[in-house]
Amino acid sequence: MATEILMPALSPTMEEGTLAKWLVKEGDEVKSGQIIAEIETDKATMEFEAVDEGIVGKILVAEGTAGVKVNTPIAILVEEGESADAAPAAAAAPVAAPVADAAAPVAAVAAAPVEVVSKASPDWPEGTPMKTMTVREALREAMAEEMRADPTVYLMGEEVGEYQGAYKISQGLLDEFGAKRVIDTPITEYGFTGIAVGSAFGGLRPIVEFMTFNFALQAVDHIINSAAKTLYMSGGQMGCPIVFRGANGAAARVGAQHSQDFAAWYAQIPGLKVVMPYSASDAKGLLKQAIRDPNPVIFLENEILYGRSFEVPVLDDFTIPFGKARIWREGTDVTLVSFGIGMAHTLEAADKLAEMGISAEVIDLRTLRPIDYDTVLASVMKTNRCVTVEEGWPVASIGNHLSATIMERAFDFLDAPVINCTGKDVPMPYAANLEKLALITPDEIVAAVKQVTYR
Amino acid sequence: MATRKNPETKSAPGANVSKDELLKYYREMLLIRRFEEKAGQLYGMGLIGGFCHLYIGQEAVVVGLEAATREGDKRITSYRDHGHMLACGLDPKGVMAELTGREGGLSRGKGGSMHMFSKEKHFYGGHGIVGAQVPLGAGLAFADKYLENGGVTFAYFGDGAANQGQIYETFNMAALWKLPVIFVIENNQYAMGTAQRRSTSTPELYTRGQAFGIPGEPVDGMDVLAVKAASEKAIAHCRSGEGPYILEVKTYRYRGHSMSDPAKYRSREEVQKIREERDAIEHVRDLLLSGGHATDDDLKAIDKEIKVIVNEAAEFSKESPEPALEELWTDIYA
Repeated sequence: MATEILMPALSPTMEEGTLAKWLVKEGDEVKSGQIIAEIETDKATMEFEAVDEGIVGKILVAEGTAGVKVNTPIAILVEEGESADAAPAAAAAPVAAPVADAAAPVAAVAAAPVEVVSKASPDWPEGTPMKTMTVREALREAMAEEMRADPTVYLMGEEVGEYQGAYKISQGLLDEFGAKRVIDTPITEYGFTGIAVGSAFGGLRPIVEFMTFNFALQAVDHIINSAAKTLYMSGGQMGCPIVFRGANGAAARVGAQHSQDFAAWYAQIPGLKVVMPYSASDAKGLLKQAIRDPNPVIFLENEILYGRSFEVPVLDDFTIPFGKARIWREGTDVTLVSFGIGMAHTLEAADKLAEMGISAEVIDLRTLRPIDYDTVLASVMKTNRCVTVEEGWPVASIGNHLSATIMERAFDFLDAPVINCTGKDVPMPYAANLEKLALITPDEIVAAVKQVTYR
Repeated sequence: MATRKNPETKSAPGANVSKDELLKYYREMLLIRRFEEKAGQLYGMGLIGGFCHLYIGQEAVVVGLEAATREGDKRITSYRDHGHMLACGLDPKGVMAELTGREGGLSRGKGGSMHMFSKEKHFYGGHGIVGAQVPLGAGLAFADKYLENGGVTFAYFGDGAANQGQIYETFNMAALWKLPVIFVIENNQYAMGTAQRRSTSTPELYTRGQAFGIPGEPVDGMDVLAVKAASEKAIAHCRSGEGPYILEVKTYRYRGHSMSDPAKYRSREEVQKIREERDAIEHVRDLLLSGGHATDDDLKAIDKEIKVIVNEAAEFSKESPEPALEELWTDIYA
């Protein structure tokens, strides 16, 4: 009986990958546990083992093929004397579409009654040449450029060196900068965060990578009590130039202890700066800015965004100032304010709204401390309606804070109460359907906009 | 508990201890004691607020350790920090005015008793969270090693902090990375009100680095000369690139954990006995007198000088104005 070998999911967020190399050919006998192929995910190249025994009857996906969706049949295993043609018909199905198509925006719908007005980024001169880059590559370039420029900048964290980064953000940095500046730590967040903060007092500029910000909870005393407050407590004598960066927020199917957004938590602390980029250009420009900043900066990344591609300016050096929101698109009917991965949902919702004839202005806060109130208020005064979007929990959220600010400073401009779209007020469930329910969706944003626009 | 049973076993003035050296220690320890007594008094008068942890009884620890340091060496400690600041040469006026929360304080009144710093004297605090200064101190040593400046850091903590998990995370990395840091455990026998025997499974704290390959030794913290000798040894170890070193300095605090400590956990007799038999300042005083280095009158003159310095600091701390209201909003970001 012929068996299909399917493209495996090799990480919690993997949806597709590249079949880098076949280590067997048609006609070869395969044993259970034998490595038969190398598969490249957005994080790493992994070896793929056979589960069943048999003979490789047919290879369905040639090596070098990119964008192979998880669960696509990639080969057929047959028994001695059996023909590969005996496999189920589905096995011959063509390989899924390559990446680019999958990421295509919805905006192509011809009947959109509202024109989408995308706004160019104000962070570099018009006409600057651009190149496509993932958020992951942008973060790596930012660190590498700053480490080249300043010998006191170093990177410390779990698996940042020899492993090349748990999420491949630090790939290649050990080779370029050596073990003195790319430091693998034991799994002791509390201890190494304290050491990094102390080294900043002592004249260095550390970048601390938390594999994810969930683990930073173990180190939160040093982030808040040691890093954020020392400048104040010392009457300005002693500051702490340090960047704490890593994946924040929900990844996929990793459950309650590994899925939470700390944006609002850290945004409350005077003495910290808090950055949460969405695009690759912001990731690069803001991380470079963070490394140069003389204060402790919390830099919240997102695992799901690491592999997304954006246009990044080709410039020898560029930074993006903190406290400047970016207007992604202009609109007249409602202001949508978000940040981080919330922006992905918000832009998708804005497309749906455009189809429905509702013109949304979309603002990416980019930094949460300092926060760009002026851009939000100016927009709300124009549209008279506002919906905030974030992945974090609803109580004491960034949206709550913005709502209060809008009420205090633009109350008379409001035609409807501000609605805060947030993650649900629950620990993250594991079950796929429940997890989906716990997270914010574009449809929820659309519903909120309909509510504030009375449609 | 200190190792020495009676004052007779205290170190004799060896040939290598000069008169000047003994006088220096006497002066420095006395300054700390008189300063702390005055701070206690000002606290009682309501001029110092919040928590205030006095160093009385432990003076020989910091004076002895500092005696072996050189310019550029760093120190960091907990909230019981007044003595450390005076011992590294900070102006008593700036320290006292910080205790009273005035503009002339070292942190311009914004840190208070527990949070003081001096970049100039390489004094990195003054930390209010028990044990937090230990990884921070290892981080200072990390920077010294990275910058290859030959500096050594003293990370002070108490017998109470010795049970904090972050200490052992730090021991591991300090040993792994051979950081030039001296972990000074000031064992004053009480973690706030909890006697060491009630909190600590193995009382020999100097052995706590064994699992990480960090050498350690106990030191009589009531004998400034013994402390200095231990400091020299530890510094030599660190400067030679051998990595960290642990000194468990056995000492005793005469006053409560803080000013608001009713001290029900130990007897008055216990305190009195140590004051009478093992006091570190009296020890040096004896050495000076018995060695013929100073007369009673000489020492009285020093006492008087110290009194003047402390009174001036107290006056300054009362007269210095409170910080300007705008100070609320400064120094949050660099």
